[in-house]
Amino acid sequence: MEKKGKHKITVSEFFEKWNTVIVFCVIVIIASLLTTNFMQVQNLTNLLKQNAGIGIIAMGMLLVILTGGIDLSVGSIVGVGNVIFAFMMQTHSLGYSIGVTLLVGAACGAISGYFVAYRNLQPFVVTLSVMTVARGYAYIICKGASISIKHPDFLAFGYGTFLGIPKQTYLMILIFLLIWFVLRYTTYGRIVTAIGSNEEAVRLSGIRSRIYKFSVYVVSGLFAATAAILNSSRTGVGSPLTGDGFELDAIAITVIGGVSLNGGKGTAGRVLIGVFVIGMIGNIMNLTKVSAYTQQVVKGLIILCAVFMQTLQKKSRA
Amino acid sequence: MGKQYAVEMEEITKTFGGVHALKEVSFQIEKGTIHALVGENGAGKSTLMKILSGAYTKDSGKIIIEGKEISGGSTLGMKKAGVGIIYQEFALAPDLSVAENIFINRMNLGKGFISWKELNQRAGEIIDKIGFQIEPRQKVEELSVAYQQIVEIAKALGEDARVLVLDEPTAVLSPYETEKLFQVLRHLREQGTSIVYISHRLDEVFQLSDEITVLRDGEVVSHNRTEETSMDKIVSDMLGRSVQSLYPEKTAAGNETVLEVKDLNLGNMVRSVSFALHKGEIFGIAGLVGSGKTETARAIFGADKGARGEIVLKGRKIRPASPYEGVKNGITYLSESRKEDGVLLDMKIRENVTMASMKKVSKCMVFHIKKEKKYVEEMIRRLSIKSNGSETLTGDLSGGNQQKVSLAKWLSVDSDVLILDEPTRGVDIGAKMEIYGIIHELARQGKSIIIASSEMEEICGLCHRVLVMHKGLAKGILEQEELTKHNIIHCSVNNSSEQSLKAGGI
Repeated sequence: MEKKGKHKITVSEFFEKWNTVIVFCVIVIIASLLTTNFMQVQNLTNLLKQNAGIGIIAMGMLLVILTGGIDLSVGSIVGVGNVIFAFMMQTHSLGYSIGVTLLVGAACGAISGYFVAYRNLQPFVVTLSVMTVARGYAYIICKGASISIKHPDFLAFGYGTFLGIPKQTYLMILIFLLIWFVLRYTTYGRIVTAIGSNEEAVRLSGIRSRIYKFSVYVVSGLFAATAAILNSSRTGVGSPLTGDGFELDAIAITVIGGVSLNGGKGTAGRVLIGVFVIGMIGNIMNLTKVSAYTQQVVKGLIILCAVFMQTLQKKSRA
Repeated sequence: MGKQYAVEMEEITKTFGGVHALKEVSFQIEKGTIHALVGENGAGKSTLMKILSGAYTKDSGKIIIEGKEISGGSTLGMKKAGVGIIYQEFALAPDLSVAENIFINRMNLGKGFISWKELNQRAGEIIDKIGFQIEPRQKVEELSVAYQQIVEIAKALGEDARVLVLDEPTAVLSPYETEKLFQVLRHLREQGTSIVYISHRLDEVFQLSDEITVLRDGEVVSHNRTEETSMDKIVSDMLGRSVQSLYPEKTAAGNETVLEVKDLNLGNMVRSVSFALHKGEIFGIAGLVGSGKTETARAIFGADKGARGEIVLKGRKIRPASPYEGVKNGITYLSESRKEDGVLLDMKIRENVTMASMKKVSKCMVFHIKKEKKYVEEMIRRLSIKSNGSETLTGDLSGGNQQKVSLAKWLSVDSDVLILDEPTRGVDIGAKMEIYGIIHELARQGKSIIIASSEMEEICGLCHRVLVMHKGLAKGILEQEELTKHNIIHCSVNNSSEQSLKAGGI
C-alpha cells in the first residue's frame, strides 16, 4: 500500500535523522560528568589533533562505501606513506617529499580501483591484498626501524595552533567541506552515490560508471597519504607500524555516522560527527584510565550497538 | 445443498497507520473454481491475499476455510488449513534439486534420515499429477522460469494445498508457457483445487476464470461470473470510469529514414537482424521471452559488448559499444526490468529524472538545484507522476509511476531514437493508458520509437510496423494493416528461415 498524506515526523523518524547527533551529545555529557579534565582546553586540542588524520581517512572511506565498496588498505597506506615521507625527508625538500608521498597513496588507490572497477574483483579481497603488500613495503623501506624527521618548520606545523585550534584540524575541516560540497552539489557526488544504489542502472543511463568507481579508491588512497603526512608531523618519526587498524576505525566511524555498508546512503556531516564520537570514546577511556585492552572491547560493543540500532530503524520504517 | 465454498472471507477490514487498505471486503471462492481477483495497484489485492496467507493479521472480519473458522495471522496456520500462495518472486532454493525444493521443510518425510529414493519418487508423483514432466533430481536453477513456477505449484500441492493463490503468474512467461500453465490450472480445477488468480492481463483473466472480483480502493466494486461480464465493464469497474479504448488513435508516420540496422548479430540471440526506422514511427519488435528482442534492442543502444553489423543513424555509421556512446549518439533505452536496472529506488524522483541529462541542470559539474527542481516538477506534471513532488523517494511510488520516472529520465535527453523494452510490464491499467498516451505524443512530435514487448495486444494497438522475432531470427515485418495477434504468432512460427531472411531485409 502506498501511504500518502501530510508529513508529520514520528519519533522513530526523528531518531533516525538525528541519532548520530544524539549519540554525540550523550557522549559529551557523559564525558564531562565522568572526568574533570575532559572539558579542559588541553584535552580538547589533543582530541582534535589526534583525530585529524582519521577524520580525513574517513571522508575517503565514505566515498568508497557510498559506491558499495570498502577500502581496507588505508591503514597500510598510512604506514607506507609515513615511512616513505620520512625517508624522502632525509635527502629531499619538504614539498618534494609531500608530493611523492601523495603520489604513492594515490597509486595504491589506483591499483585497488583498477581491479575493482575494470576487472570486477571484490573490493574486500583487492584492498586486503593492497593492505598486506603496502604494509610489507613499509617494513622493507625502513628495514623495520623507524626514521626520525628533522625539519623544524614541519614539526612546528604538527604542534602549531591557529586561533587556539590545531592547524591539522583546519586541513581536516577543509577536506570535510570539500566532500560535503561534492556529495551535495556536484554531479560527481550524485553519480558516486547512485552507483552504490544501483550500478547497472547508472551504467544504462549512459554514465561511464567505472571511471567513478575507480576514482573513489584513488581519492581514498590520496587521503590516507595525507593522513600519513599529518601523522609524521605530530610524531616526528616515520614508523612502519603507523596506521595499524586505521581501516577498521574509519569503517567504524562511517557506520556510526549512519552510512550504509551496502552503498548509496551516507552524508559527510554525520561521518564528521562519527569521527568525534569514536575519538571521544577513546579519549574518555584514556582519561578514566581504562586499560587499552578493555578499550578495544568497549569500542567493538559500541559499534555493534550502532549497527543494530540502524537495522531496528529500517524495520520500523518498512 | 447450496454452493460449496473453499474459502469465505467475510467483511475483512485492514488498516495501516489509519489508512484503510481494506474496508469490509467479502470474498468467497467456490470449491473447484478459478476465481480472478483484479484491480489497480494499491486496490488491496495483495493485502487481501496476504491476510489469506497469514502474512498480515486482519483487523476484523472472518476467515472460513472449508467450513471451519480460522483465526489467521500465522503463515504456518494457513498452510495447514490448506492455503498455498505463489508470489511473483519465487521462494525456491536454486542450488537444490526439484524434489528437495518440493519437500523443503520435511525432507526426511517424517523419518529420522533422508531417503533420496522415496523423496524423488514422491516428488515425481506430484509433478505427474500436475501433468508435467520434470526430472525430480534436476537442480532448480537449471529450469526455465515457467518450469520453476510449476515446481512452486508442486511445492504447494505437496503441502496439501487445496486453495492455490497465484500472483501475476504469467508476467515472465511466454504465450506458449502461459498456455501450458493454463492447462495445468484447469487440470487442477478438475481435481477440485480452488484457485485465486491475480493478474493485470485481462485477456488471460477472461480466458481462464470462472468468476471475477474487482477491487478498487480497498473495496469490492463488482463480482460477476466471467461469462456474464465483459472486458469493458471490468476495466471501467477497475478505474471507476468508463473508457473508450486503451490505445490512442494512430497517426501517420513519416517517410524519412532515421535509423537503419543492417545484418546485426550478437551471439545466438541476435542473428542477422535488419530493419529501418522512420521519423515519427512507432516500430514494434514482437517475440516471446528468449526471442532475441531485448538483445536486439540492447545491441542498438550499446548495452552489451560484441555486437556486429551496421547501424546507420541519420546517415552516419555508428558503433555503440557502451550505453555512454549510445546516449551520445542520440539513442536512449528504457530497460526491461525497472527494479533491477531501470530506476534507482533509494534515490529521489529528481535525482532519477536528471540521471542521464545532468549537464542540462549543472555547470562545471555543480548542480543548479533550484533549476533542477523546477525542471523535474515540470516533468512530474507533464507525465502526471503521482507523488509528493520531486523530493519523493522513487521506491515509494507505484510501479506505473516508477516507470514514468524512468520515461522522464529518457525524455530529458535529446535523442532521435527512443527504445522502450517492455514499457508497461507490471504497470496497472490506468498508468498503462497514460504511458501509451505519452508514447503516442512523442511519435507525433517526430521522435522515432522502438517498442520491444511480449504483450502482443500492446504491440498491435500501438505500432505502425512490427518486426517479429523468434529464436534470434527476424521472421518478418508486418505492416499496420496486417497487425493482429494471429498474424504475429503465425509469422513467428511458420516462416521458414530462408523466407525470414528475405522478409527481414529492407
